[in-house]
Formats: sequence, C-alpha cells, structure tokens
Amino acid sequence: MLRKPLKLAAAIAALAIAPAFAQDVQEIVDKASAAAYYQGEDGRAKVHMSIKDAQGRERTRDFVILRKDIGDADNGEQRFYVFFERPADVNKTAFLVWKHAGSDDDRWLYLPALDLVKRIAPSDERTSFVGSHFFYEDVSGRGPEEDNHVLEEETDDYYIVRSTPKNASGAEFASYKNWIHKASFIPVKTEYYDANGEVYRTYSALAVETVGGHPTVVKSSMADERIGGVTEMQYSEVAYDTGLSEEIFTERYLRNPPRRELR
Amino acid sequence: MRLRAISAAAFLSLAPAYAQEPPPLPSGLGPKTEEPQEDKASPQDAAPALPSGLSQSTAPALPSGLAGEETEETTLAKTQEPFEAPFGLTGFIEVRAGARIVGDPYEKQLSIGEIRAQLGRDFETRHATFRVVGDLFYDQVEDVGDVDLETGRGFFDLREANVLVRPLDFLDVKAGRQILTWGVGDLVFINDLFPKDYRSFFIGRDDEYLKAPSDAVRISAFNSIANVEFVYTPRFDADRYITGDRLSYYNPALGRIAGRDAVIDAMTPNHWFSDDEFAARVYRNIAGFETALYGYSGYWKTPEGQTQLGEPFHPRLAVFGGSLRGPVKSGILTAEFGHYFSRDDRAGDDPFIRNGETRFLVGYEREIASELTASIQYVGEILADYDALAASLPSGAAPDRMRHVVTLRLTKLMLNQNLTLSGFNFWSPNEEDGYFRFRASYKLNDAWLAEAGGNVFYGARADSFFGQFENNTNLFVGIRRNF
Repeated sequence: MLRKPLKLAAAIAALAIAPAFAQDVQEIVDKASAAAYYQGEDGRAKVHMSIKDAQGRERTRDFVILRKDIGDADNGEQRFYVFFERPADVNKTAFLVWKHAGSDDDRWLYLPALDLVKRIAPSDERTSFVGSHFFYEDVSGRGPEEDNHVLEEETDDYYIVRSTPKNASGAEFASYKNWIHKASFIPVKTEYYDANGEVYRTYSALAVETVGGHPTVVKSSMADERIGGVTEMQYSEVAYDTGLSEEIFTERYLRNPPRRELR
Repeated sequence: MRLRAISAAAFLSLAPAYAQEPPPLPSGLGPKTEEPQEDKASPQDAAPALPSGLSQSTAPALPSGLAGEETEETTLAKTQEPFEAPFGLTGFIEVRAGARIVGDPYEKQLSIGEIRAQLGRDFETRHATFRVVGDLFYDQVEDVGDVDLETGRGFFDLREANVLVRPLDFLDVKAGRQILTWGVGDLVFINDLFPKDYRSFFIGRDDEYLKAPSDAVRISAFNSIANVEFVYTPRFDADRYITGDRLSYYNPALGRIAGRDAVIDAMTPNHWFSDDEFAARVYRNIAGFETALYGYSGYWKTPEGQTQLGEPFHPRLAVFGGSLRGPVKSGILTAEFGHYFSRDDRAGDDPFIRNGETRFLVGYEREIASELTASIQYVGEILADYDALAASLPSGAAPDRMRHVVTLRLTKLMLNQNLTLSGFNFWSPNEEDGYFRFRASYKLNDAWLAEAGGNVFYGARADSFFGQFENNTNLFVGIRRNF
C-alpha cells in the first residue's frame, strides 16, 4: 500500500538528476556494444567452440567469422559470414546474417551437399547458436536500443548496468546485468536474470588481447544453469580492417565461399 | 503518446535514484517486491575478476594497459581433432538398413541395406578450385555389378567433379559434375528442374541424395541491377525416378501395381549437345524480399510420354516461372509459380503425352515454440488444356483439372541440438493420398550420428500420385561416422 506513493515521490525526487544519468548510461551501453561488436570497419577471426553439456561431454565447433560494418557506423547495419569447418558433418556449411538496427535480422544458411540456400525465420534469435550455450544474438550482438538501461553501480573497474527488455515477450530474461570495463568498454561479465530475480545464465570474458589497437575478447564463456554445462569460445587469427568487400555477404559467396578471405 | 513518454521518463529517472541505495534493483524493473538475493550479495562481491588481458597491470593507459601480458597466440592453439582422415579427405562411412512394413508382391522385403563411404577432396590453385566427391557403396537390395554414373547404380556414384573459376570479377563459372538447386519450395520443386533422386528419397537415404548430380556448366554474372545465371547441360540429365526395380508403382498399361515384373525402361534423350537442357535464373533483392524469374528448356524429367508402341519417353518441356521469399511477421513467406509448356503436346489433346500445367505454391515457416519450427505449404497444379485432354480420353478417364497438395513440416531440436526430430507430410485432399516422412537423428558425438525414420505412403486409390507407393512404406535405421 505504501509503495505507490513512495514510488511517485522517488520519481519526482529523481527527475532533476535523471536526464544526465539516462544519457550517460545510454552512452556507456552504446560504447560497450561498439567495443564488443563493432571494432574497426570489418573484422575476421577463427573461432573454436567447446560445448560441454551438464554431464561434461564435449562437442566442438570450428568456424571462421567475417564481419563488416556498413558505412563503418557503430551500432548500425552489419553483415556476418560464418563458415563452418568442423565438425565434419557441418564442414563447408555457411551462414549469412544481415543485421539490422531496430528490426529483425535477415539470415540465410547454405547447405553445400544440397546446394541449398535456406532462409531462416527471424523469430529465434534467442535460441542456441549451433547447439552451444551462446545464442545467435550473443554472436551478432543485441541492439542497445532493445533494452532500457540503468547504471546501477560504479566500481574502480566497472560500470555495472542493468538492462530490461523493452519488449518483455521478445526475450527469455527479465533483465541482465553487465559489468562493463571502464577503460575499454568491454563487457566482462553478463548475468541474465529470470522473473524471480535468479541468475540462470552467465557470460564471462576470460581473456582480452589488443589487436590492431582494438581490445578484443579472445576467450569467453557462457554458462546456462537451466540446461547445465558451459560453452567456451576461443578466437584466433583476429584481424581488423582487412578491406572486406560488402559483396562477400551475398548469395554468391554463400554458394562459393570466399576462400582468400577465409584463409 | 505523451503519457507513455512521461511514464518512460519516470521509469528511467527512477532507476539511478535507487541505484544510489543499497538494494540495487529498482522497483520499476519488476513486479516482485524485493530481490533478497540482491540484498545479500554486495555488488562489489559479485563483480568479476578482470580477464587476463584486462588485468590491472597498474598501467592505466588505454590500449597498452589492456594488453597486460602481451599477445599470447599460443594459448589459442586448435584442439586436437581425433578423426582427421588422411590426404585431406572429408566425408563419411555409414551403414543403413530398412525394410517394408507391409508385404509387396513385386519387391523385396528389404528396402535398403547398404554400406556407403563418401570421400571428398578440394584442390585449390590460384585461379581455380577443383572439387571431387564420390560415393563407394555396396547395396544388398540392388546388387548391380556395372557402374552407371548417370543413374548412380553399381558400386560407385560420382556426386561432384567440378572446377570453379572466376574469369572476371563479376563472373563465376562452375563446370563439371555438380549438385544444383534453386527455387523456394520446401521439398517441392517448381522451377528447379535439376535432377532429383526419388529412389533415394523414398527409402531413407540422407536428404542430400534427393539431389542427383548434373553434368553441366553454371555461369553466374553478378551486378547491382540483377544477378543472372545460366546452366547449360549438354546432355539431358533425367531424374532418378521410380522404375519398379526397387520400389513398386502403378502401371496404367497393366491397370495395377507393378514392380520388378514390369520395370520401366524409358528412352532417354542422350545425344551430347543436341539433347541438351538450358536453365536460367535472374534474381535480386527487393525490399528484403528475394525475387527471381526462371526459365527452362529441355525435357520432362520423368518419362511423361508414351510412343505408339507403348514405349515410355521424355517429351520436350519448357518452363517459365518466378518466386518470392521474405520475412513476414517473424516468419518466412515463400511463393513460387511455374508454367509448364508440354512442347510435344502443344494442343494438350494427346492422351499419351502429359498435359502442360501451371504449378504454384505458397508457404510460411516460423518458430512456434523454442527450438520447434513449423512450415506449411499449399501447392496447386492446374492442367493447361483440361478440356482438350478430357475430350481425347474415354469418358470418365480424365484426371482432376487441378491437384492440391498441402505440406506440413515440424522440426524439433532437443538435447543441445544433438537430437533432431522431424516430420514432413504431403497430403492431397483431392487425390486423398499422402506421404509422411519422419526421422530422429542423434549426434552421439562430433563424429558419430545415429538415425532412424520411416516413409509412410497412404492413399485411397492405387493409381494416385502417392497412393501407388503404399506397399513401399518402410522403416530404416542408420549409423554414420563423419570425418
């Protein structure tokens, strides 16, 4: 009964300082997104994924990921090309994403044995990426505009930001909390909370290297308590600003992989 | 609108105010009263340790400080892959066995019983990429001694043997044996007139075997207005269709189901550069939709004609069509049509040659629950010259003017996507028949895959499209090791 007037009072009291804070936190989140997903104008990396299930059984994935920012704009349009090498049953399978800011991404999968270019329904961006604990969205990035952000805490190293989805039905979490490294804006840890406020999913950046002047997460993990187990991703041969052509991110190169760029 | 803006502002402003207080979760974030967990752990405790590269290497400066221990490429060494094949070969070895679950007087009980090894290898030079993929197999059901590279029979099936070159920036040329696919249908092909292998499809081989190889040259030209592709097949490649030697079918001449007692031996156009096929596609994206126009000139892929002596043959065929594919309401909408011109029966009044027809489909696919995808298609086929055909046939013998088919696919991924359950049903309301495919496949680990499934044909009449295959209803199991 008491809570309502209290809430109102707090809201009124906060009005004065709110705009400054709100802007700051948006800036932090935008910078974090840019640091995690938009370094350089383009990028490429080899990725080794180790997926351990609740029983500790390991599966692996090896792929090359190419990325291009359209117009070199942070938090804008992007293209991703993912070329699988291992395990053998997905060898040469290619995956193409046209990431749109503010709307559903376009995604295609190429199955080489059938020469089939399949378009994938956009609804499942928060489902497992190739059977790992990472979601599609964790690989290509969640738009900063999809959530409301609150700067909860500042430590010497971190901005601690709580984010709540604007469209609650579009995400399985109630909120997530992000530890953003102050100096680099690299998200170092992300905890996803369910409706009961329990953490069920945790992302951790485990190692960072500076490549071409860009601090880059080269090892990270995602654990999910609901299904158990953890996936670890290792990045190698990271390169930025390699001059990737936008043309690579088309059906032409799905069918005939860009070998030079993937090497 | 204004109200919403105000409440949003209030919501945003509330939060930082609360953040200053010990319980960090602002009341605006959830209906729950308190978050006891949050109370207990002080935010400082929950703060993660800095990862290696970001560690507090006293140096406060930006990039250099982040590279605390300098780059360590060695830590990123690839883990061992225990199942590498020698000579850079890739592929698999598998065993697959299946049996009819109903008796078939004209066929063996065993529907599939084979061991198969697929071996593939790429070779790259500066200007070209060569690719060869071949299957070595022993098949208990069809123990054919001689290798036939056209039908894939014998003990060897050459799947691919091609070279890809880029003579110009905007041009790709792929020549040789290759798998070709286009169009937007899901297991329904309208403008894709590249060869299919329905024998493999119906007995439970992997989906990849639905596509039979073409011996062709594919020329693709890319530009910003529209991409253009030509496929020239110098010698006609027929489907690997149902002939009776392995799967029984309805034989209209006998007026009953037949099989090994009446194997279809069709005359297949086989002269190089005269019995050839042209296929073309022009495509581009328009407002998020992939649009395409298609053309084909060649022959019916199955023997849809009969000579006066009763010999089956492949009449000439031309097809013109188009397709569309794009996102609609968090799903993917597909639409495709094609007009089939039966060029040896232009008037449509020859009862011994298949009538021309218009085929079209509309489909929609979306995720309906977590890791559960559903897709539905409606397919229509309208005879081009129904009246002429009906007039040429004895009364009552004319087929329906239009055939309707509804397909439904459900795919469920489970156990970290290691288990895939899928079902695909074709159902024709006017022919009262259908075909249900189902499959469960489980990845035992990165190398091994176990699979089981079935192909169920059903229908009210023995002469309908799917109903004729009723006795071929089968179950199968398989195990595969990829390398």
